[in-house]
Amino acid sequence: MSETLILTRRWGKPGSASLESYRADGGYRALDKALGLEPAAIVDEVKRSNLRGRGGAGFATGLKWTFLPKDVRPRYLTVNADESEPGTFKDRYVIEYEPHQLVEGIAITAWALDIHLAYVYVRGEFAKQTRILEKALDEARAAGIIGPRLLGKVDFALDIQVHRGAGAYICGEESALLESLEGKKGYPRLKPPFPAVVGLWGKPTVINNVETIANVPWILENGGDAFAALGTGKSGGTRLFCVSGHVQRPGVYEKPVHYNLKKLVMEDCGGPPGGRKVKAVIPGGSSAPVLAASEIDVSLEFDALKAAGTMAGSGGIIVFDESTCMVRALGRIAKFYAEESCGQCTPCREGAPWMEGILHRIEHGEASAADVDRLEQVAGNIGGNTICALGDAAAMPVQSFVKKFRAEFLRHVEERRCPQGEHGWGLEQTTRAAQIGPVRT
Amino acid sequence: MTKTPPAAEVEDLPREKVERFDRELAEVLKRYPSDRKASAMIPALRVGQEIFGHLSAPVQRLAAERLGTSPSRAEEVATFYLMFHTRPIGRHLVEVCTNVSCCLSGGERIFEHLRGKLGVPNGGTTADGKFTLREVECLAACGTAPAMLVDEEMYERLTVAEVDRILGSLE
Repeated sequence: MSETLILTRRWGKPGSASLESYRADGGYRALDKALGLEPAAIVDEVKRSNLRGRGGAGFATGLKWTFLPKDVRPRYLTVNADESEPGTFKDRYVIEYEPHQLVEGIAITAWALDIHLAYVYVRGEFAKQTRILEKALDEARAAGIIGPRLLGKVDFALDIQVHRGAGAYICGEESALLESLEGKKGYPRLKPPFPAVVGLWGKPTVINNVETIANVPWILENGGDAFAALGTGKSGGTRLFCVSGHVQRPGVYEKPVHYNLKKLVMEDCGGPPGGRKVKAVIPGGSSAPVLAASEIDVSLEFDALKAAGTMAGSGGIIVFDESTCMVRALGRIAKFYAEESCGQCTPCREGAPWMEGILHRIEHGEASAADVDRLEQVAGNIGGNTICALGDAAAMPVQSFVKKFRAEFLRHVEERRCPQGEHGWGLEQTTRAAQIGPVRT
Repeated sequence: MTKTPPAAEVEDLPREKVERFDRELAEVLKRYPSDRKASAMIPALRVGQEIFGHLSAPVQRLAAERLGTSPSRAEEVATFYLMFHTRPIGRHLVEVCTNVSCCLSGGERIFEHLRGKLGVPNGGTTADGKFTLREVECLAACGTAPAMLVDEEMYERLTVAEVDRILGSLE
């Protein structure tokens, strides 16, 4: 049975990023169709599709759109391409291989929501992706697809611009993203009000992830019901799962949103190299609580992973084989949040480096059992006590690693060393053949 | 006594560089509504860094002045974002990802190799001013790990031999 591929169908095809190639494969037909529909009908179609945000929170996209106040103009659209969650590497390929799919999704969304100015916030490190996207936008403008008229046929002005960041994980948080887009440091805002009500320059703003918006053309062309049918329950469509770490075939896999995690890791990705066993899997970016090997026979769907005590997050799946030191791995994750805390809220600014320090001491045999307890105590005092979710993101990995691998933490303390020594990152750390492109079965 | 070279005021910046800054900034400003110039702070500072090498206080003030905002706004942006440098760095910036997925594929070894090869600590610049080395966070190249940026261009599927080849090709 052939799988339905919405996003990766043309990945890897030579010249796929060009307008000519996109149009030859049916591109911009969905926009043409959309322009013949009432904007409200488009919003209904997206609602029916059960498309949920692919950036991390998994919020229902159509519902998010309805939060815009009816009579306030202008409204803005901001596409979040600040792909920075460790373990996540999908939006970059959407831009590299299918920039026009994103542009078409933006155009349809703008038409549906009466938006005339959209920004794509691209992370600063994506120099190449910025060039590709700007080229696609130039092509779209030159062809009259966007600009004063849409597709050269409807009097509806749409300007799409790229705003490239300059290196800050926090700017993926939607209100920090807006601050950054306004020319400031990326300090998250207190919510409410939510961006849909008070967003960019104080105006109602829709913020959606790249992958989310790239799904919109397919939904318009094939119908919301068809998209919903690819998924399950309240989650429609396929999803880009990014698998990295100790697997034989890391890469981006487009699978139904409720695909089984164990099947993905063990069958599609071939499991760990060298015949080793899986020790743990982070299912949704490094912020997501870790799953022990015994817990990975689970659906990747948002609500299913929530029920399993973790989250689908950004779709970043990191696999650790049995030769990995979990203290070393968690220590590096803690370092990341300590580095990236914006410094606005005390619990996160102080707590994240504190946890990093404790983990460093445990890893190097300089800690006591009380430090393991203290680690949990610090984490418990960060979560829920900060303006944005970075605090929770720093706390959740710590809490889950310690809970599920406590014996390993205590062994470090007892032996006053790392049992794996210099092999903490696993016995085999070599580059592996990655699967970046359509997966045929 | 002659005045030391580093510019203290906007007026001390080389005129031809300021003119180039203004030309490039004019292009950048087309991307923002005319009454929202301050939104262009990040691209303005990027242009400034390209032209002046690093974001000294006068370069920050130049950007603030042109965007009609306060110098403190320019400073907060110049110091908040990792890719901006308020002090001079080496001619080539080498940034190695040592986040989890890269380390599971040998990223730490790549970084340690470079530290030994260049003889500098994290964030350090070689004595000849050629290279600045630092470890950075996830670059969204986890499936093609390990990865690094050299002068903002990404290199993936690295091996020690490949890293040596890339650095060896730089002037």
